[in-house]
Amino acid sequence: MLQLKKLALTAIAGLFVANSVMAAELTVYTAVEAEDLKRYAEEFNKAHPDIKINWVRDSTGIITAKLLAEKNNPQADVIWGLAATSLLLMKSEGMLEPYAPKGVEKLDKKFVDKSNPPTWTGMDAWVASVCFNTVEAEKLGLTAPKSWKDLTKPEYKGHVIMPNPNSSGTGFLDVSSWLQMFGEEGGWAYMDALHENIARYTHSGSKPCKLAAAGEIPIGISFAFRGAKSKADGAPLDIIVPEEGVGWDMEATAIVAGTSNLEAAKTLVDWTVTKEANEMYNTGYAVVAYPGVAKPVEFFPENLLEKMIDNDFEYAANNRKAILEEWQKRYDSKSEAKS
Amino acid sequence: MSVTTSDNLPKGRPLTLKLGRDDLMMRGFILVIALYLIITLAFPLYAMLSKAFSTFQFDLSQVELQVSDQDGNFDGTILSAEALNAQLGAIPEDEMATSNDGRLSLTPLFPDFSFRSPVLYKIRGTTADTVYLIGSDRITGTDWHELDSNTFRRVVLRPVQSVGLSNFTTYFSTPSLFRSIENSLFISTVSTIVTVSLAFAFAYALSRSCMRFKGLFRLVAMAPILVPSLLPGIALVYLFGNQGMLKEVMMGESIYGPYGIMLGSIFFTFPHAFIIITTALAISDARLYEAAISLRASAWKTFWTVTIPGARYGLISAAFVVFNLVITDFGLPKVIGGQYNMLAVDIYKQVIGQQNFEMGAVVSVVLLMPAFVAFAVDRQVQKKQVALLSARSVVFEPKPDRKFDRICFIYCTLIAIFILGILGVCQFAALVKFWPYDLSLSLKNYNFDVMDGGGWEAYGNSIKLGLLTAFFGTIVVFIGAYMVDKTRSFRVGRGLFQFLAMLPMAIPGMVLGLAYIFFFNDPDNPLNAIYGTMAILVIVTITHFYTVSHLTAVTALKQMDGEFESVAASLKQPFYKLFARVTVPVCMPAILDIAIYLFVNAMTTVSAVVFLYSTDTALASIAVLNMDDAGDIAPAAAMGMMIFYTNAAARILHLAVSKGILKRTQAWRSR
Repeated sequence: MLQLKKLALTAIAGLFVANSVMAAELTVYTAVEAEDLKRYAEEFNKAHPDIKINWVRDSTGIITAKLLAEKNNPQADVIWGLAATSLLLMKSEGMLEPYAPKGVEKLDKKFVDKSNPPTWTGMDAWVASVCFNTVEAEKLGLTAPKSWKDLTKPEYKGHVIMPNPNSSGTGFLDVSSWLQMFGEEGGWAYMDALHENIARYTHSGSKPCKLAAAGEIPIGISFAFRGAKSKADGAPLDIIVPEEGVGWDMEATAIVAGTSNLEAAKTLVDWTVTKEANEMYNTGYAVVAYPGVAKPVEFFPENLLEKMIDNDFEYAANNRKAILEEWQKRYDSKSEAKS
Repeated sequence: MSVTTSDNLPKGRPLTLKLGRDDLMMRGFILVIALYLIITLAFPLYAMLSKAFSTFQFDLSQVELQVSDQDGNFDGTILSAEALNAQLGAIPEDEMATSNDGRLSLTPLFPDFSFRSPVLYKIRGTTADTVYLIGSDRITGTDWHELDSNTFRRVVLRPVQSVGLSNFTTYFSTPSLFRSIENSLFISTVSTIVTVSLAFAFAYALSRSCMRFKGLFRLVAMAPILVPSLLPGIALVYLFGNQGMLKEVMMGESIYGPYGIMLGSIFFTFPHAFIIITTALAISDARLYEAAISLRASAWKTFWTVTIPGARYGLISAAFVVFNLVITDFGLPKVIGGQYNMLAVDIYKQVIGQQNFEMGAVVSVVLLMPAFVAFAVDRQVQKKQVALLSARSVVFEPKPDRKFDRICFIYCTLIAIFILGILGVCQFAALVKFWPYDLSLSLKNYNFDVMDGGGWEAYGNSIKLGLLTAFFGTIVVFIGAYMVDKTRSFRVGRGLFQFLAMLPMAIPGMVLGLAYIFFFNDPDNPLNAIYGTMAILVIVTITHFYTVSHLTAVTALKQMDGEFESVAASLKQPFYKLFARVTVPVCMPAILDIAIYLFVNAMTTVSAVVFLYSTDTALASIAVLNMDDAGDIAPAAAMGMMIFYTNAAARILHLAVSKGILKRTQAWRSR
């Protein structure tokens, strides 16, 4: 009797072990848009049906805050689809597991962390753009701006909205790109002039474009991906790529140091750099890490790729605090006049 | 023979109350619930306070350097970064204080540094814990690293953690941060004055006139309680935004900013002020009015010498409640505040935008101050209010007066239009396909699943949270109130419990939520497991809304004579039998009130849960916030209205159930 019981227990235990080998579960933190997530998991499971993905999704700021708050007690196994700027922050905290995914050498160098082995790999780029509402602009008699400098013209006073870099990743990439393109001094001088025209700064990066799409404001500084989506929804938008060049950030992937599912995590990250994965990213993003994959995305501005600046992510990450402080000092303290 | 006096009697033991089994059990219950409040309130607040004093400093003594000559040869001199800076004064002392994301470049220590020069540098940490970055690579330990000039440019030092006041110094030397104090006080003061005046006039009209539709007006005035505070913000965008239906009214002023916050605040605080003032007006004594009439005082004079003094405690109390609600509200200024910074939004910006938890804690401490003052004053006033009623008071009955009644009716109609208008606009916006370009109606905006915020699942979660909070919250609150009210003696324990039960009122939701992160997200906390679950949301919501529920329960229990306990005790009935068979049935109306109060608030709360929800426990109220944040304003309005309908349905259900139960359990009231 006792023997039998022992046997049964062993069998059950064996089952559990086998089970855990068969079906690993990964907790994946992401900031990818809600509507794309399901597709990502399905595509991945076509190749690896044995690994189940449990998504934890939120906006970039919240996911970053969550990961940092959990620094000493990480809950995530993999980060798949978070701004590279955020991943650099985590890298400097030693929170990421260095790993070179199989086939990483096929990716565009721009999209891979320079360390060896790299700690993160890029998936796709989201690129700054200006959303311009043609209907409202016509009502107000505004001409379409061609460049960043154009936006400082007096005719646009009170007609421009951009995201606040203190709460939005898109806002920060705009600011850091201006500082890189125009130099420290020129960049701040540019923002001083632009500030005169800004109606208000929003918390999120997609909101300026959605506000432009709704006619709430004629010009919203946002990103191209959002603009293309709103345009596809029927908004009277032109997506303008300023001629000086545009800032960008990428969505990237990394393994969280200390994960108990390292093998499964590696399998997932290996898959995220494959051609199939990059084709999948291409549905929404015109610029992806795998060269030659990208097909044009509907309503996406065509000259975008060549206008992307040579973004120095390290500069952006290491100067982030100083830049944000300076920005806050210059523009955030100007509260509106009380009546 | 002998004369017995009290003097020569032996001294007996001092009189003490003998504790029976019941007393011990009741004290046990008090301790358990007090412990609950300590864990869910006192400890998290302590964790938050200590976070506010946790500072980050650059410590130059942590690195040592070597510099080569132009040919790249080192002569072996080891330079301490600290000594170099003391010599040069290159990095001023006040730049040493930083945040957890701070990075300090070391090149200012070398005045003739050029990234093109052939000079080489060596760097090492002096302790094993030293952290610095070369580019984005994190380096620790005491090994020497040799770098060329161009790479040395990319070296930055990371700060070390210590304890001190420097976060507060930083806060008060950053204008964009401390100006929020002024903004918050200004908005709260103006909104309070306006709301209390409007609500007073409304309550006055309802209690002192004979106009028609009073019940309807009362119902409409209560409607704002059923929606999240950010919903009026969304309605105001549709009304007065750049594409608003009534934007001409703004005469070129922007609704994004103080105007929007104030208008929205008036909307969502109106019912709170209305309830308190109505109660205050209801207890005024008709005899005073009779006296005024016989003294031939004018109506105007009577108003200022009788009505206002009679309601003064109610007015003060309403003012502080509204002030507190406005200054601690987060949703509304987030949606419509534009560039106008408020304290509660600052906490969010610091934590979510910049991941600067320490500064978030500092702003929280600042926000606690006005809330605490308002709370303390309100408590004092509440105490005085009780003394106003006397047994001989005569209830005031209004007499019809056509002119006065008509004015009241018109006024109340205007207020009702304002409230219903806000709700109506939201519902309309939710149904329009693509405002303002395609005004055809559709249900497209209800397709929450393809949007940020958590979709329909979030709505389901909210209902779940509401039910769980109502169920467990009512049990905890009512048992706590019963024990504290009926336990004999045990002064210290009861005093502590009363204090703990009152405290949540003074703690803004944002602060509580942030405190929960610090306390429950600590890996050393045995309760860490509930972090990110529905349980923590239920707990934070119960704690956040504890005070009002507790007061409701205590009020109901106070109405029950202590004789019941004496009779039960003399019949040798244990207290729990009395509790289950008499107390609970008698107090059923109050218990149901607590349950519905908790449910409604769990559905609408944003501030307490915004830091604590996880992907699996996204909530409808948070979805409203996040959809608005992403620019999906129409779906946000749609979700907000779903909350409204759910709460309205819950209210109606509550009404029906109360009526049924009242009939069965409260028959004794009307003999």
